[in-house]
Amino acid sequence: MHKALVIDPDKCTSCLQCEMACSFEHEGVFNPAKSRIKIFEFEHGKRSIPYTCTQCAEAWCMHACPVEAITVNLSTGAKEVNPDVCVGCKVCTIACPFGTVNYESDSGKVAKCDLCGGDPQCAEVCPTDAITYVEADWTGYDKMRDSAVRAHS
Amino acid sequence: MSWQRKILRVDLTKGEITQEPLNMEWANEYIGERGLATKYLWENMDPTVDAMSPGNVLIFATGPLTGTMASTSGRYAVVTKGPLTGAIACSNSGGKFGAELKFAGYDMLILEGKSPAPVYLHINNGEVEIRPADQIWGSTVWNTEEWLKSHHQDPQMKVASIGIAGENGVRYACVVNDLHRAAGRSGVGAVMGSKNLKAIAVRGTVGVKIDKDPKAFMDVVKDTHQMLADNAGRKGLTKYGTNAMLTSMQKFGGLPTHNFQEVQFEGADKIDARAMMKPNDSGHVNLITNKACFGCTIACGRIAHIDKDHFTIVNRKEYWHASGGLEYETAFALGSVCGIDDIDAATFAGYLMNEHGMDPISFGVTLACAMELYEKGAITKEDTGGVELKFGNPEALTIMAEKTGTYEGFGQDIGLGSKRLAEKYGHPELAMVVKGQEFAGYDSRALQGMGLGYVTSNRGACHLKHDVFAEDMEDTGHTGKAKPCKDSQDNIAAIDSTGLCIFTTAAWGLGDFARQINAACEGDWSEDRVRECGERTWNLERQFNLKAGLTKADDTLPKRLLEDPVPTGTAKGNVHALDKMLPEYYELRGWGDDGVPTPDTLKRLGLS
Ligand code: SF4
Repeated sequence: MHKALVIDPDKCTSCLQCEMACSFEHEGVFNPAKSRIKIFEFEHGKRSIPYTCTQCAEAWCMHACPVEAITVNLSTGAKEVNPDVCVGCKVCTIACPFGTVNYESDSGKVAKCDLCGGDPQCAEVCPTDAITYVEADWTGYDKMRDSAVRAHS
Repeated sequence: MSWQRKILRVDLTKGEITQEPLNMEWANEYIGERGLATKYLWENMDPTVDAMSPGNVLIFATGPLTGTMASTSGRYAVVTKGPLTGAIACSNSGGKFGAELKFAGYDMLILEGKSPAPVYLHINNGEVEIRPADQIWGSTVWNTEEWLKSHHQDPQMKVASIGIAGENGVRYACVVNDLHRAAGRSGVGAVMGSKNLKAIAVRGTVGVKIDKDPKAFMDVVKDTHQMLADNAGRKGLTKYGTNAMLTSMQKFGGLPTHNFQEVQFEGADKIDARAMMKPNDSGHVNLITNKACFGCTIACGRIAHIDKDHFTIVNRKEYWHASGGLEYETAFALGSVCGIDDIDAATFAGYLMNEHGMDPISFGVTLACAMELYEKGAITKEDTGGVELKFGNPEALTIMAEKTGTYEGFGQDIGLGSKRLAEKYGHPELAMVVKGQEFAGYDSRALQGMGLGYVTSNRGACHLKHDVFAEDMEDTGHTGKAKPCKDSQDNIAAIDSTGLCIFTTAAWGLGDFARQINAACEGDWSEDRVRECGERTWNLERQFNLKAGLTKADDTLPKRLLEDPVPTGTAKGNVHALDKMLPEYYELRGWGDDGVPTPDTLKRLGLS
């Protein structure tokens, strides 16, 4: 079964370790500007919300790509960009309803989360478990359990 | 190699921007950040010039580990000559600004001269511009950041700026970055204001690379992260923040109260870490969440909000939002030392410190001094513009915080700092300062090692440049404390030079910093080498101060702490034993009994 990233913004402290781990894994450099996961801060840091690609089953980006640069990794379910094929037309960035595919002007290609081939580094380094990597069919399990407790206490 | 090997130098008088290579020889001797900036300051200015004159140099410096995955890698230091003390000022800050400066491709920023008109510096990787600040001069820190982000259409930009206090030369004005993190102490914001520089706005997308051995670096990082994750002290910081200290200091009897007349405060449990987490009578809870600086896996920062029904903000909706909450030093300075037990008033005063760009420690202790002068009749209601400046009056706290921040009325006097204020009103003995800088939240008589640290700190009274806490808690006497004071000063000078935060010392020893530097920087970095860099930095700071005109006579405490016994607590009856500790300290340092490093010491450290 595939796994998916689960994000719990209430736990996020905005340390950006995940952004650094992402850029280090993909580009070999600590550079939040190159991270495929982003933390958004609101109200002087009252909330910090991590956001990245959810790996849609029928991915708009993949279908929109005119040169088939985006393909499914069958072992992880991730939609991966093949940089050798990508022509940098940016149609996928328009097609994605969530904004999680982005163009990088230095390479002339797009970049998106690829689940690091099944070992997502953001989840690995997150010190608060705001990002976890769990069975895709049970991403709601923890939240469901918490709700159950709330409903019956 | 995690350096960018590049410095940005800005001559504000001429409006010239130049780039130069980082001096790697100096980096090898001083590590980076605090130490390296001290060396650059020493080489670039005459220490005798007035701190507020164009001849002063203002340096923003990152460390070799700033912007890496090492935990707490967001630190940068602001180093200059301080207007409160006339000594070297070295203030460091977290948040996200420091890492962004490094990501833009610069290790250090050197600001010289004085701009003929108000300006801000805009750095977008290699594009650097000095731009007119007409539209933000006179604005708060918060409005400045908002204006810059929207004007440049860059929500990801990071900003360090000064408020109205810094523009007007409030002696302890600070530099605030990311809304509520600050290079807080020693008036570095006043120096920035004296240069007509309102803000530095940075966007960096170059990143930081480890050339030496990325794999080895990541292995050390993983290990040191785990040490922090497992550490009990770290867990306490995450849960309670630094304000857990208030409870300990209250119990021990070292919590400065009523301008250091007492060491225990009746209302302590109303402003401590637990009070922040407890619902008040109408169900409002002060603390919302905790928050990290860049790269930090501790997250001791507090995000709080003020009860909307509280008198301070009931009619001021613009403050109904969350922001940085109380930490130990703010809880003491905006609380116990002024006799204030109103958590909402203290939190609001904390907001104002950030919004207007002021050091809460120096502000609070100056206000406490003014309150004592008021109660003695040396300051009158006419002077204060009708404000009842009594200990315990939360309105006096918040009105004065605002008036000082906006530089109006009696706020201009509070903006002088305790030393100048107490002199002006005829009672210099009531200023709770060393070298003109206010004490932090620990009484020297109860914590003798801390007292020696205050006295010998090169930036004036400061709790962050040494660590004799464990020894002080164990024993209220003075013996055996000069050595740990000296040793910890050297260690911390080294740690402050790495780009990391000293709160990691909850879990890490100096060797853990050394192995992170060793994995990232060229050459072999042993613990001993790192320690020696710290000692070198400490001695160079001392040399700067001596050249600036400070002498052994400045290494002293106010009479109150040397003569009046502690009234209560564990150390009841103690005065500070400075005369016994200082000669031992000088000797350990390899300084003469005049407090001057001997030629041998300078030679040993490569400073002659
Ligand atoms: S590593 Fe975790 S806590 Fe830190 S910013 Fe990312 S999601 Fe938030």
